[in-house]
Order: sequence, then C-alpha cells, then structure tokens
Amino acid sequence: MNPILNVRQLTMDFGGIRALARLDLTVNHGEIAALIGPNGAGKTTFFNCVTGLYVPTSGDVFIHATPEKSVRINGMKPHRVTRAGLSRTFQNIRLFKEMTALENVMIGRHCRTHAGIFGAFFRNRATRDEEQRIIHDSYRLLEIVGLEDQVNFRALNLPYGDQRKLEIARALAAEPRLLLLDEPAAGMNSQETRDLTSLILKIRDEFNIAILLIEHDMKLVMTLSERIFVMDYGRKIAEGTPEDIRTNPDVIRAYLGEDSHA
Amino acid sequence: MFHDKAGYFFELFIGGLTKGSIYALIALGYTMVYGIIELINFAHGEIYMIGAFTALITAAALTAFGVTHPLVLVSVSGITAVVYASAYGYTLEKVAYKPLRNAPRLSPLISAIGMSIFLQNFVLLAQTSNYIPFPNLIPPLPFLEPVSHIMGTVDFIILCTTAVIMILLTFLIRKTRIGTAMRATAQDKTMARLLGIDVDRIISFTFITGSALAAVGGVMVGSKMGQINFYIGFIAGIKAFTAAVLGGIGSIPGAVLGGLILGWTESFGTGYLTSDYEDVFAFSLLVLILIFKPSGLLGRNTTPKV
Repeated sequence: MNPILNVRQLTMDFGGIRALARLDLTVNHGEIAALIGPNGAGKTTFFNCVTGLYVPTSGDVFIHATPEKSVRINGMKPHRVTRAGLSRTFQNIRLFKEMTALENVMIGRHCRTHAGIFGAFFRNRATRDEEQRIIHDSYRLLEIVGLEDQVNFRALNLPYGDQRKLEIARALAAEPRLLLLDEPAAGMNSQETRDLTSLILKIRDEFNIAILLIEHDMKLVMTLSERIFVMDYGRKIAEGTPEDIRTNPDVIRAYLGEDSHA
Repeated sequence: MFHDKAGYFFELFIGGLTKGSIYALIALGYTMVYGIIELINFAHGEIYMIGAFTALITAAALTAFGVTHPLVLVSVSGITAVVYASAYGYTLEKVAYKPLRNAPRLSPLISAIGMSIFLQNFVLLAQTSNYIPFPNLIPPLPFLEPVSHIMGTVDFIILCTTAVIMILLTFLIRKTRIGTAMRATAQDKTMARLLGIDVDRIISFTFITGSALAAVGGVMVGSKMGQINFYIGFIAGIKAFTAAVLGGIGSIPGAVLGGLILGWTESFGTGYLTSDYEDVFAFSLLVLILIFKPSGLLGRNTTPKV
C-alpha cells in the first residue's frame, strides 16, 4: 500500500465556523476512493484546501511523488500543487468556453511544457517539437475520453456530458498522480452516468493513477469505489469498503437524521 | 501648389491612419490589462510618456558621447525606452495593483489614478514642465521624397512599425503557449491556476507587453511632434482609453479598430470642419457609441460572471 495523498489533522476555519475538523485521510496509489456526505459537510472545502485554493488553518497535506519522497502542499500556490501531481474538476463546469476542445486540453498541459516567449517567436527546433508533442498528446487524451470527433468544437457548443468528459481530459493533461473529481455525475442522465463509470475505470487502468471523487449518486459511488470516506459537519465519521459504509449506523444517522431507525 | 480634393482627402486619410495607429498601440495596453484583471490602468498613459522621455534622454546621452549614426541612435534609444517602460509597468502592477487583487473593484481604480498623478509629478519634478525638443531620430527615407506632402518618413515608420507589432501580438496571443495561458487567465483565473498556470506571472507579462507597446508609441509620437513634456501621457491616455472603449474594451481587434476610427474622426473632423474642435469630435464619437452600443463595436454583451 503506497499512499499518494496523506492528509493529517486538516482543519479549516472560516471566521467562527469550523468547516473541516482534524480530518485524517489517506488515498493509496492506483485506488478509486470516494468522499461522501450530506450537503455542507465540507467535501468541496476539503478539495479546495488540498488543491491550494484555500490555505488550511492547521494540519498537513502531503503528496508522495515516490514512496520515499513526499511534498508538503498545504499553503502552496495552486499552480505548484498541480505541478506536484494533483488535478481536479469542478462541481459546476469550468471550461474555457470560447476555446476549442483541443485548446482546452492543451492548456492543461501548460505545467508540463516549457516554451517561453523567445521560443514562441524564433520557433527553434525544441519549441516546434514540443508543440507537436502537446498537440499529439492532447489528441490522444481526447480520444481516450471519446471526443476525437469534436476536437475543434468550441467548448460551449458541446453537449453537457461531453463538457464533463472534456474537463476530465483537461485535468488529465497535467499528468496527475491523483485526480480529484467534484461531483462528476451531477446533472447526468442514467446513460451518461454509466458511460462516466466506465470512463473513470478506464482512466485509472490506462494512466495508473489514483482517483478521489465527491459524488451524491450512490449507485456510482458503490460501483466504483474501493474505499469510501464519509464526512459530516467537517468531521470524518466513517471510512471503509462500500459494504462497511452501507451498514454503518453513524452514516445512516448522518444521512437520515438523528431519530431514524432505518 | 496643386491641391485637388482627392489629394486632400488622401492626406487626411493618411494623417488619421498614423494618429489612429498610435492610439491603437496605446489602447492595446488598456484593453489587454482590462481583459486579464478587469482594471482600467489609468497610469498607462504615463508609461507611454516615460517611454518617450527615456528615448529622449538616451538619445541625448548617446549624442553627448559622440554616437551620431542614426540607426544606432534609433535602435539603442528605442530599445532602452521599451525596457525601461516595461520595468515601470511591471513595478506599477506589483506595487499598486497586486496588493489590491482581492479588494473591491474601486480600490485598484483609485490606486491607478494615484499612480498616474504620482508618475506625472515625478517626471514634472525631474524634467520641468517645459516642452523639451525631441531629437529627430529617424532620418528621411529618400524613396518617400515624391509623396512627402502626404506621408512623411515618420508617418511611414509609424505605420510599418504598428502593423508589424499588431501581427506579432496577434500571433503571440493566438498561437503561442504563453498567449494561450493569457487567454485562459482572462477567462477564468482560478481554473487557470489549477491547471498549473502561474497567474501572477501572466499578469506581469501582460503589463510588460502593454508597457512595451506604449513605449514604442511614445518614441514615435515624440519623433513626429518634435517635442514632449510631462503632460503628454494624460491626453494620449484618455484618447487611447476612448479608442479601447470604442472598439469594445477587452477586445484586441477592437482596440485597433477603435484607434483607427478615432484617428480618422479627428483627422477628417479637423480637416473638413474646424481644427478647433479636435477633441470634441473624438469624445462626441465616444458618447454616441456609448449610447447606441455600450459594449463597444467589437465588444461582447457579456452576462456578469456568477
């Protein structure tokens, strides 16, 4: 078991409100894990703390580039977190709407490429080779998510399900070791959700990366996840396999309310 | 002297084109910065003025050291102006705007006006309020001799330089890695960050590019007018801002179009109607555009970001 993401005692306060309370969480290499919990439990706050959008009040977040080498990423700027090997998508789609599908993915590769301003104008060999490589890699990613026929469509003209796929392709372009998906199935119909399920499995196997997803669609969570973390009021209240979680009384109470005897 | 109607029209046309290209050069700085951080950089005109002064001082220093070759004079003072103005633009952003990145929108605007006043007075103290003669850096080109009453050498150089710069800039933004990062930053800063783009660097780069263009404008206007003072940045800044709004602020082709239209309006207005109301023509046009197409000619009617 090689951990890829290691979160220790992560706490985030907004004024007097404690959105995350001493959260411990580990995601292992090559694993698909899910983070669930009622609305307002702090799931997205957790993603924001891990990806550098928020600076956590206390606690540690480590990314393990190799089993020996780990990087402490809390308080790091978002673009450096991405470089360290962490990509994410958002609950609400945040594509660059005016750009084509291909351009969106090419931007995702930004942090893995180097061409500077001089290369741009003098077009030396290294720059041209790099450009070719970026385009080639981006095509391949679009192919994997099944958008090879829409490469030159502007993002805003793609149907909803395809926009989701494009977001995932763009996140993959940064060569993450861990991919964070924030409600990837939100707003999808059941066919689209089934497609998404197989896409997520395909991505894990093809790229050999870990995936942590926030999702409310329990069917998708139970099918995909090897491990599930349950959050409520900023605390982790349970952790385990889908079987454990389904029968855990704390989880049932959090979802159905204090007095229920489900 | 023979002075037919078509010739006169052509003369005004070229005059407007030259003037408009300069407005466009400066307007690009406004529009690029606005596109990225939604701030009207009111100190931009001052950067243009500082560019002109840097070229003047460099040229004077070179001449004092006995350098008289025109090509050396032009290139060295031009490049110094661009480098110096870029440094000013970069510092301006770091000092006056970056600390206010998350402040309400009015705060950086006030800061911009403050920087504008500061830079004007800084140059006023250093260089006095007198008009200072600007050396004629550009030697006359012999092949323009037959048409010199319509298009002088300086006009010709202004047109060529502006055209080349516009093409390079379009290429930079459309095709290069850093240009794509700029467009991404303009559309969604948070997402750009999460995709590994160093947004602070992109913003600095935008200020540097805008300031370099303004400095080029400053050097060329100095050569054309033959004199400069600390106040030229204010008028040029307001005019270029008008051009940017006219074309649709945030739009790069819009800035160019706005600049040219403004140049022609002024040129034809003064040539056919009266020369006393040059600024009236410019700003009446602005008022009309704002009434009938508030987003500018090429501006997009955007719904506010959620």
